[in-house]
Amino acid sequence: MTTTNPEPSVIAAPPITQISPGAWVKKNLFSDWFNTILTIVCLGAIAWLGYGLLTWIFTQAQWQVVPANLRLFFVGRYPAPLMWRPWTALGIIAVSAGLTWGILARSTWLFNRTGLIFLGVLAVLFVALSVPVSLNTSLLLLAILGLSVAAAFAGQQIGQRFPTLVSWLALGWLGIFFIVFGLIRGGLFLREVRLDDLSGLLLTLLTAIVSIVLSFPIGILLALGRQSNLPVVRWMSIGFIEIIRGLPLITILFMSSLLVPLILPPNVRIDRVVRAIAGLTLFSAAYLAENVRGGLQSIPRGQSEAAKALGLSAPLVTVLIILPQALKAVIPTIVGQFISLFKDTSLLAIIGFAELLGISQSILSNPNFLGRYQEVYAFDTVIYFCCCYAMALASRRLEKQLRTENR
Amino acid sequence: MDEKIPFWRDDRVLKIIGQVIAVVVFVTVMLILGSNIARNFQSLGITFGFGFLRRAASFGIGDTPIPYTPSDSYGRAVLVGLVNSLRVMILGIILATVVGIAVGVARLSDNWLLKQIAGIYVELFRNTPLLLQLFCWYFAVFLNLPGDLENPPRLPGPIFLTQRGVDMPWPDGTLQTWLSVAFLLISAVLAFIIWRRRTTAMVQRGESGRSLQMILIGIGVLALLALIFGLQWDRPNLSEGAITDGLNLSPEFGAVLFGLIFYTAAFIAEVVRAGIQSVTKGQWEAARALGLRPTLAMRLVIFPQALRVMIPPLTSEYLNLAKNSSLAIAVGYADVYATSFTTSNQTGRTIEMILILMATYLTINLIISLGMNTFNRSVQMKER
Amino acid sequence: MSKWGSLLLAMMLAVAPIAACSSSSDTAGTEEGEGASGHLSTVLGRGSLVCGVNGQLPGFSFVNETGEYSGLDVDVCKAIAAAMFDDPEAVEYRNLSAQERFTAVQSGEIDVLIRNTTWTISRDTSVGMEFAPTTFYDGQGMMVPVASGVEDLEGLAGKSICVQSGTTTELNLTDQMRKIGAEFTPIVFDDEDAVYAAYAQGRCQGVTSDRSQLTARRETLAAPDEHVVLDVVMSKEPLGPAVANGDTQWSDAVKWITYALIQAEEFGITSENIAEFENSEDPSIRTFLGLEGSLGSDMGLPNDFTARAIRAVGNYGEIYERNIGEPFGLERGPNELWTNGGLLYAPPFR
Repeated sequence: MTTTNPEPSVIAAPPITQISPGAWVKKNLFSDWFNTILTIVCLGAIAWLGYGLLTWIFTQAQWQVVPANLRLFFVGRYPAPLMWRPWTALGIIAVSAGLTWGILARSTWLFNRTGLIFLGVLAVLFVALSVPVSLNTSLLLLAILGLSVAAAFAGQQIGQRFPTLVSWLALGWLGIFFIVFGLIRGGLFLREVRLDDLSGLLLTLLTAIVSIVLSFPIGILLALGRQSNLPVVRWMSIGFIEIIRGLPLITILFMSSLLVPLILPPNVRIDRVVRAIAGLTLFSAAYLAENVRGGLQSIPRGQSEAAKALGLSAPLVTVLIILPQALKAVIPTIVGQFISLFKDTSLLAIIGFAELLGISQSILSNPNFLGRYQEVYAFDTVIYFCCCYAMALASRRLEKQLRTENR
Repeated sequence: MDEKIPFWRDDRVLKIIGQVIAVVVFVTVMLILGSNIARNFQSLGITFGFGFLRRAASFGIGDTPIPYTPSDSYGRAVLVGLVNSLRVMILGIILATVVGIAVGVARLSDNWLLKQIAGIYVELFRNTPLLLQLFCWYFAVFLNLPGDLENPPRLPGPIFLTQRGVDMPWPDGTLQTWLSVAFLLISAVLAFIIWRRRTTAMVQRGESGRSLQMILIGIGVLALLALIFGLQWDRPNLSEGAITDGLNLSPEFGAVLFGLIFYTAAFIAEVVRAGIQSVTKGQWEAARALGLRPTLAMRLVIFPQALRVMIPPLTSEYLNLAKNSSLAIAVGYADVYATSFTTSNQTGRTIEMILILMATYLTINLIISLGMNTFNRSVQMKER
Repeated sequence: MSKWGSLLLAMMLAVAPIAACSSSSDTAGTEEGEGASGHLSTVLGRGSLVCGVNGQLPGFSFVNETGEYSGLDVDVCKAIAAAMFDDPEAVEYRNLSAQERFTAVQSGEIDVLIRNTTWTISRDTSVGMEFAPTTFYDGQGMMVPVASGVEDLEGLAGKSICVQSGTTTELNLTDQMRKIGAEFTPIVFDDEDAVYAAYAQGRCQGVTSDRSQLTARRETLAAPDEHVVLDVVMSKEPLGPAVANGDTQWSDAVKWITYALIQAEEFGITSENIAEFENSEDPSIRTFLGLEGSLGSDMGLPNDFTARAIRAVGNYGEIYERNIGEPFGLERGPNELWTNGGLLYAPPFR
């Protein structure tokens, strides 16, 4: 429901000067009396919170609810015999991610320190999973991780040979999106899985990704429509954007789940997952339109004038000159938009979907796990946080990269 | 214009045709959808109208800031919900701003530890869904407070924290209370005017401002006395396993309010930080070079400039808070969305209630936007 | 921005119908059912029944860890599906909240609502529902912790009571407490799980709902013995399936499939001994099972719809025992056949 604007990163780090730890502590923690008091208060707060948290994690919390329902959390009620499909999808995504990483980092070191630490943490986590879950799961995850790393090396080689590949990455990911979607959903020669059977984190990811992909073209059209000099188009776009942005997401989801069927002819039934995605898409498109408009406005008039002077027709000016620059300028905002959409999918729990939060609630209503709110919500928090924070970090890196490219 | 342009290549004609088509399509789609609704309603035997709002609601509401009994009308029930919503929104906006500014400034603090804590807070609260946070506040925090009323945690005031909510002192609604409130308001306005004059005097004429400071202190003391003794505080009493008197804030209200405050504050903190960082270092240095003390430099030079950058994103955070308050339904707080939803369910009037909800939220948003735009205009640079 | 405007326009216009078409994949409308029309033919053509259930209520409809639905309401859904398609698994379940259930029926999102829904006059008329016979006679009760010492509704004066919004329970509670002149604070939740979660955490000193639901829910609390369902019945709660008003053929189908379960118990036909009855000479049984006459096909259903339903889920007595009687030890009481002093009474199948 909110737009996360990834923070602008620090432009240039100051030169690093070696100072002794003592001096550092004195400078940063105890420089004057006010600072000293602050430090002491903070230390007290950290000690109190940390002690409470650690005692809770290690002595009071009853964690068995998490491993017992791990499958429900992640894939929900996805049919058990078809579990190979989410696994394959995960494998495809991991390999593609590895390839992308390799291609992007073709001219630098593949693994810097952060990358290695990240990989190490993942590996340790996967190994640790073998205790509460099963050895097979753990081995499978490690194998996927290994594949991903191998793909990264391969990607680096390929990238060095065909440097132009970089510009096709986005298209490649779009293709992968369709492949993965088709794999999970079924169809063609695979048995179809009912959309209703999708739940857990799988549903969260599905609704978030499909909505953002769909909202992208609609949002751009709306932004262009709002800038258009045709009054009807402009007013319709403004009306749509402002009404949607003025309403809480829950009202829009409520409408999509209850009102849309009333409006449609009697014989047309739209799957409720599709309706929810439509609601999220329209919501996110209105916000995206405003972000893109910001980008469009940031392009100096000279650009379109120069393009027109070169003899480009108006649509071409927009598509070839204005839009690419505008979109590039707002990529970080769009990532922020995606993060908030990802969080907002949790509202689907209110209208009765079993996405991550919804399935958590139904796990909590299971007599065996009654009252395990803190554990379940803590686990949800970790999942949501990891996903969102990873995206936020990626967006910051991207922003830094874009800014240096612009110089 | 000798050479005749065929109409399908004439821009002006095309534009008009295109727009006419757009209007026609829009109207047709609306008509089709409208007739679908009408047909569906007809076949179900439902009629459209707002007359049902006058019927007796006959459902109870937990938080009733204005008098309400189940024999009151549906309209009244929705109104109670609206007041509940506004209560959360107004308090939420004020407190989230305070917390947000504090955290935003803390993120720029010289103190490394404070900076890190503020950073962790911001990342944690920005990167988890608000709904999850609401559940945590409600089930894991408020409902985990002690339930028995024998010896509940007691904060000075006295403020009691129990599963039944927060019981705290609240002014009695007598004439004396209202007189004191009026006095407090007048002294606040007066103090603000004097404070502005003192600042001008200090900056422009280099005066010490000592005399005006004494007046300010005097007003402060008087206001404090009025606050403590004039308002006639009604303190909560703990007796025989029940808390009487005072003001009881339900845990549902607390969960919604805290959830909204801490979620929005994390975003506001980032807005504040970006705003302050957007003011170039040169401004600081120049202000210091003119001999302004750091607090004055912050107040007179940095903050006004930062404010200009901050207001547009701040507005959208306020709008988000207002819209997010609709999540109250998840923790059982009777806001306007929840009461409308119940009404629509008891009466089957989905469309009517959705229209009312849309009108309500759009109006609230409009008011916030207008207010912030006015404020924005007053702080923008007045050039030329 | 000259020609571009019109291009843009064309694109915008193109997006709308595409978006609409691509998603309306479920459009049904094949005319398969013999002599059936309207909603019945829609359902028959689709080949599956969309059944709105609670999904969170043990005994009536509940999803277990493996993701399977079970309960009394679920069995009625299965009976309807079996009667129509001879396949009790041809059901798509929709978990509905109390709030959204009627809109879901009105909008046609679900074919039938079997979600412990009380039959009331306003729901039958102004809300646009059409009720099938009652499958469970219930009454509203109140559960309190034993330790609180509360024995009647008066004892709850000044206390907080948890209740689910959008239910008749919410209204009855208010009326009852007004009648005895007791003030109370309603703590209203949209989500049923949240109601009991808040009660279990002690947010409220009482929780009110249908007595069967309280009994079932009491079993799921951490320490069932520490809670007691008070011996008060605050209302009549006849719970049964509901469909949208205005399509008699469809509502008749649901109505008579439900009656068939009751009638089968009266005849003594169970899922186990139904084969023997198929050889019966009794004309009323032969008509009932569709071996003679055309009761089923006259209403657009397969002629042996009763036999199909019974084979799949059994008669009412079996359903009750399996879901309510055995797990929760609840006596049948008013849910006994009229011949045994209960309220269940099916009109003749003739």
